[in-house]
Amino acid sequence: MGKRIVEIVMPQLAESLVSATIERWLKQPGDTVEKYEPICELITDKVNAELPSTVSGKLVKILAEEGQEVEVGKPICLMEVEAEGEAEAEEAGPAAAAVGEAAAAGQPASGGVAAYGAGARQHAAAGSAPADGQRRPPAAPFDPAAPMRHRYSPAVQRLAAEHGIDLSRIAGTGLGGRITRKDVLAAIASGAAGAAAVVTSAPAAAAVAPQAAPIATPAASIAAPFSAPAGPAPSRIPLIEVDEEGAVNHEREYFIDVTPIRNTIAKNMRQSVREIPHAWTMVEVDITNLVKLREKIKDEFRKNEGINLTYLPFVIKAVVGAIKEYPIMNSVWGEDKIIVKRDINISIAVGSVDSLYTPVIHNADQKTITGLAHEIHNLVRKTREGKLTLADMQGGTFTVNNTGTFGSVLSYPIINYPQAAILTLESIVKRPVVIDDMIAIRSMVNLCLSFDHRILDGVICGLFHQKVKEILESYGPDTKIY
Amino acid sequence: MPVLEYIEAIRLAMKEEMERDSTVFVLGEDVGVKGGVFGATKGLLELFGEYRALDTPLAESAIAGVAIGAAMAGMKPIAEMQYADFMLPATNQIINEAAKIRYRSNNDWHCPVVIRAPIGGGVFGGPYHSQCPESVFFGTPGLKIVAPATAYDAKGLLKAAIRDPDPVLYFEHKKCYRLIADEVPDEDYIVPIGKSRVMREGDDITVIGYSMPLHFAMQAAEELSREEGIEAHILDLRTLQPLDKEGILEAAAKTGKVLIIHEDNKTGGVGAEVAAIIAEELMFDLDAPIRRLCGPDVPAMPINPPGEKHFLLNKEKLKAAMLELARF
Repeated sequence: MGKRIVEIVMPQLAESLVSATIERWLKQPGDTVEKYEPICELITDKVNAELPSTVSGKLVKILAEEGQEVEVGKPICLMEVEAEGEAEAEEAGPAAAAVGEAAAAGQPASGGVAAYGAGARQHAAAGSAPADGQRRPPAAPFDPAAPMRHRYSPAVQRLAAEHGIDLSRIAGTGLGGRITRKDVLAAIASGAAGAAAVVTSAPAAAAVAPQAAPIATPAASIAAPFSAPAGPAPSRIPLIEVDEEGAVNHEREYFIDVTPIRNTIAKNMRQSVREIPHAWTMVEVDITNLVKLREKIKDEFRKNEGINLTYLPFVIKAVVGAIKEYPIMNSVWGEDKIIVKRDINISIAVGSVDSLYTPVIHNADQKTITGLAHEIHNLVRKTREGKLTLADMQGGTFTVNNTGTFGSVLSYPIINYPQAAILTLESIVKRPVVIDDMIAIRSMVNLCLSFDHRILDGVICGLFHQKVKEILESYGPDTKIY
Repeated sequence: MPVLEYIEAIRLAMKEEMERDSTVFVLGEDVGVKGGVFGATKGLLELFGEYRALDTPLAESAIAGVAIGAAMAGMKPIAEMQYADFMLPATNQIINEAAKIRYRSNNDWHCPVVIRAPIGGGVFGGPYHSQCPESVFFGTPGLKIVAPATAYDAKGLLKAAIRDPDPVLYFEHKKCYRLIADEVPDEDYIVPIGKSRVMREGDDITVIGYSMPLHFAMQAAEELSREEGIEAHILDLRTLQPLDKEGILEAAAKTGKVLIIHEDNKTGGVGAEVAAIIAEELMFDLDAPIRRLCGPDVPAMPINPPGEKHFLLNKEKLKAAMLELARF
């Protein structure tokens, strides 16, 4: 049984990623590597991840140095494996896909192994298929790294501009992956990729965020006004003023470089606002009894669990309970159908002065209030320490954002794309309220809900909102938190 | 509707016009007694007599000069150049006299002459019997130039040329003479000069050309449709001067991918002008570089068969170029 050489290629770690940077090689040429054993660490603009090997064999050659950014689908190293016929190479594809499998939408990742050497028979068998097609994993919608992918003809640019087509989202069938005029016409006809992201000013967005309170959450910042531009509006990128000598005027303004995470936030926010028709509603909840419960048990909880007991796990528990009753809240708009998710994975917004992450509590419905408190604590800690994994970031189906922590009493959150809704927990304030025609001092809190009006309407959201309120108001000194 | 050969359509057009208008006559080398080296004027001498089917000396400048003079004096001559290759001695008459007389005389004079000339290779004719000299005359204001690809157009365009009050060069492809046959109505009709025609509807690529190579394009298009699902939109220019700008732009905009074909050599050919028109007017509809597939820039058609085959366009060359453009 002979040896043959296979390439390990950069997998599609998440649906929007087009490249990743090699942070560190964990294996060196000559090392023996088991299948699924990490071979290197990758940095992306979303998270950092270890890349498991797609095959068992010996690392022969490293093709991408540490610190080098590699496009998805491009080889990063060569492995020598036992030649076991064609089956091996084919098997390698799905294995690579496992890396990015968590990539939410369940889209097969485009990682794959392109075999050559002894595997050349495959090429021969493919006959007249174009050579670059061989490299392309079959399930990937298109190869964003194709050589002609970003060469847009005048016709393509004009049609895309006229119809608001986002060219980054349509497949190119032309030579070298070029997007042809017909591809754009097809996209227009199908209505796909319709909502093109209007180029807004990324630096301007970055400038807004730092002014927000301790946890800058664009998802909730009422201070960051947005107007959903319709159609291909003219670019709003402000001009950088240059004086006559050609020097940038640094006296009246200065620049902040847009970090990868900032860029990702900007992109996601833009996509959400562009594509999702947001609607908004708010209820106020009397959580006086919950406040009493927390007061009663918080010290003991701290002693037993080693962490603080906040209101967030209670709210998440209530949200999960209400989702169980109205599962449509846990869904995604799929153009010709609505995809309802059975898993209830709650994204929570965790921010700092200049960034925002939305790590995910998976299967939140299977956890107790204490369990949720631990999950939240862990995710917040990992966020702060920069240790979030890809798995932590993916699969969210509904988002809860604790905007109350920075003093907000009312916010208009932007939906965490592609989810159907986002709920915010505002500041808890003591207010005089009328109960049975008597005035009482109660602990009141506002819950704001933004929802995708393509999927959801006022009635269903009202029922959901009332259910959350009902569950929260039912918490009292006797509620079990384990 | 009867199916006629291309050459028969040409002959019929002349016969009918000579019957219709007694000022119409033909002149040229061997057009009378012999009926033309290809037989295009066969029978005209018998029908109309030696004064209307004139055999001339072997002097193209004289043929053109006599015809131009007769036209200015009120006749409607049809001058035949035996091969377009032999036409060059007549260029002075055609370009300096026929093309300019209306302008030069401020409309006092005009010159309703038709000069027919067989163009093209593929008949083992070698350097002196295979040329396509369109580009010699193309770009000369005052001349109209037509080049039919079908029998229908051959008849209709020749009739239009004869009735036209100004000089018209009529380039007929000698390879089409007996190869191309299509339906030609019995009744009198003309094909207007200056109007192109869509030969085939498609939405993947646009092929623009004239004369014989269009038939290769049609064959290639059928194969590409069958084998690759590629639909070619094919435009026959029919008139080279004045070019049908609207027709060209419409056909080019249909697909945004344009292939221009002709047998005349590439540099300075009609295709260059067509490409320029598209580039000037249609920038934002283009989806690929404008391509040309033409004869090579070499001095002449070789007489040896492999050389001639290499020189000429054919279905395979067209198919490859069309496929490449479709895939772009």
